[in-house]
Amino acid sequence: MKAEPLLEIKNLHVSIGEKEIIKGLHLTINHGEIHAIFGPNGSGKTTLLNALMGFSGYEITGEILFRGKKMTRLPINERAEMGIGMSFQRPPAIRGLQLRKLIEASTERNGDLIEKYAKALNLIDFLNREVNVGFSGGEIKRAELLQLLIQDPDLILLDEPESGVDIDNIVLIGEYTNQLLGRRVERGKRKTMKEQHREKLKSGLIITHTGHILEYIDADIGHILMEGRFACQANPREMFRTLKECGFNECYRCFRKEEAHG
Amino acid sequence: MVKSKTTQTGDLDLSVYREEAAEHPQLDDLSQISPEDQKVLLMTGVDPMGKERSGSFFQKDHSVIHCTANFEGAEIMSASEARKKYHGLTEYWGKAVPVDKDIYTKRAEEHQEHGYYVRSLPGAQVYYPLQACLYLTEDRLAQDVHNIIIAEEGSSLNLITGCATAPGVRSGLHVGVSEFYVKKGATVSFTMIHNWAEEMAVRPRSAVIVEEGGKFISNYVCLVPARDLQMYPTAILKGKGAVATFNSVLLAKPGSYMDVGSRVILQQEGCRAEIIARTVSTGGTIISRGHLRGEHRGIKAHLECKGLLLSDTGVIHAIPELEGTTSDLEMSHEAAVGKIAQEEVEYLMARGLSEQEATALIIKGFLSLDIVGLPPSLKKDLEHLIEQTEEEAL
Ligand SMILES: Nc1ncnc2c1ncn2[C@@H]1O[C@H](COP(=O)(O)OP(=O)(O)OP(=O)(O)O)[C@@H](O)[C@H]1O
Ligand SMILES: [Mg+2]
Repeated sequence: MKAEPLLEIKNLHVSIGEKEIIKGLHLTINHGEIHAIFGPNGSGKTTLLNALMGFSGYEITGEILFRGKKMTRLPINERAEMGIGMSFQRPPAIRGLQLRKLIEASTERNGDLIEKYAKALNLIDFLNREVNVGFSGGEIKRAELLQLLIQDPDLILLDEPESGVDIDNIVLIGEYTNQLLGRRVERGKRKTMKEQHREKLKSGLIITHTGHILEYIDADIGHILMEGRFACQANPREMFRTLKECGFNECYRCFRKEEAHG
Repeated sequence: MVKSKTTQTGDLDLSVYREEAAEHPQLDDLSQISPEDQKVLLMTGVDPMGKERSGSFFQKDHSVIHCTANFEGAEIMSASEARKKYHGLTEYWGKAVPVDKDIYTKRAEEHQEHGYYVRSLPGAQVYYPLQACLYLTEDRLAQDVHNIIIAEEGSSLNLITGCATAPGVRSGLHVGVSEFYVKKGATVSFTMIHNWAEEMAVRPRSAVIVEEGGKFISNYVCLVPARDLQMYPTAILKGKGAVATFNSVLLAKPGSYMDVGSRVILQQEGCRAEIIARTVSTGGTIISRGHLRGEHRGIKAHLECKGLLLSDTGVIHAIPELEGTTSDLEMSHEAAVGKIAQEEVEYLMARGLSEQEATALIIKGFLSLDIVGLPPSLKKDLEHLIEQTEEEAL
């Protein structure tokens, strides 16, 4: 018997006002799979993640199933509680709210863990700062990662987790995104590494322009989002290599041809 | 009743209040007050144990029932007693707030039942705050106090004033004249927390005189309903380099009417001022005023009124005023009235918080001022207090 997919998107349409951004998208993410999304600016990548998370301002038709359960109409926090977490491309700043307070309010996990991850991500001093107020681009990305590590979701939506991050910090981001995805197996534990691996494996949907994150994360499937639909599915590294060489123009060419034939 | 928005008006009918109160017996120790009362006091920043306090003053209705000073560098006593002791306090009494300013100051002069006198001696650093509590325990009673606060040259002083009504009291009148004298190089940090019953009418009338190099910091917190609150404390920066900061945090529930402002008059070289008001209405009316008047070249001042309007029945009216009477000065203001940003709420919801929890956290953040000049422990207490009262209010 085939295991039920973690996430299933069927014929999803997303509009903002009169404008349709996502136009009939299908996607299946199985347990433990990591998917990468590429696509030109404005193609609707962020819109897709926002719609999955349940943000307001989007008109949605089609079906989104998480562990087989329809969640197209569920409020955001219920989706979070079901195990979906998201790192934002551009999160809002919240005045007067300390990062530590936000994390503490959203988790029952103990404070030591917050300190541990904050330390690992060089964010100790940021725990007492107001959420995202005056954070630099790279600091925002690390703070997002910190929040997700504490949240520990099963499906992880990452919207350009590495954009604006410097060379040293990209290593950190890569390493801890792996941890988040359950790929950093700890040696020397009683359970075998294989057992640990199976238990912890999380699923991911990662948007990236630079592809750097793929050097750290072993993504399984790559997609190209174009004109509101997934145009192509392939090995993400190869896909990115082709993109680097030929740009999205080649995708357009291919996409047009397939449209004509399909 | 139509209330003018351009200036503070709207006199109350004072005849409905009772003038006479029963005398209350003295307490040797503040910890002897009833647990219910203690709870109320804690919510106004007043510690019944007097822990980490340099002195305490406690007035119940018209009686001063407790007063102690634990620090040599500071005095705290009934204002009436101080007048007897110090030749009527003629240098100070009515000098910052004229007796005939309005019907409330007149009333306070005619009826005055105590109020406190607080003074830090020259050069004294009074690290732990002094605390004063003005407590109303009888329904429909009028309480009229006159407070005098003096920080002598080079001294520093922290004062917490908690004003509250006892459980069960619904209405009443509180009139409080407060005159502050911040002398050369002195610092006064004044934190006032109001915790009134919903039918209270409240008329503080305060003025502050700051001499050369002096510093005055006011923190005002009112998160519980008051039917009618009106105040507009004024600081006059008389000496070179004098500084004033006013922080206010207000929450108005349905039925509350709060007309609250702060004014600073900058008269000398190097004077600085900052007025910050954060207001939230869940259905009540808030008029958030601020007035900066620059009378000398080179002064700098900033005014910020921000309001969160959480209900269609509430009103927040921000009235920032800047007035310059000479060239070459720098005054600015920032005013905003709006609702909570949906984007912020949803961001927190994506972390698993319910809409309500997210909203509460954002409001809490909005109301938490970076309060300067307070000992860290008091700052913590105050933050805790804001959290607690806000949780109850929402
Ligand atoms: N609130 C909005 N109102 C109008 N148009 C919007 C709104 N939000 C997004 N859009 C439009 O929807 C389209 C898709 O935006 P989206 O942010 O999803 O793109 P993206 O693929 O994430 O781009 P990028 O790579 O630049 O992050 C864009 O054309 C954008 O301008
Ligand atoms: Mg985007």
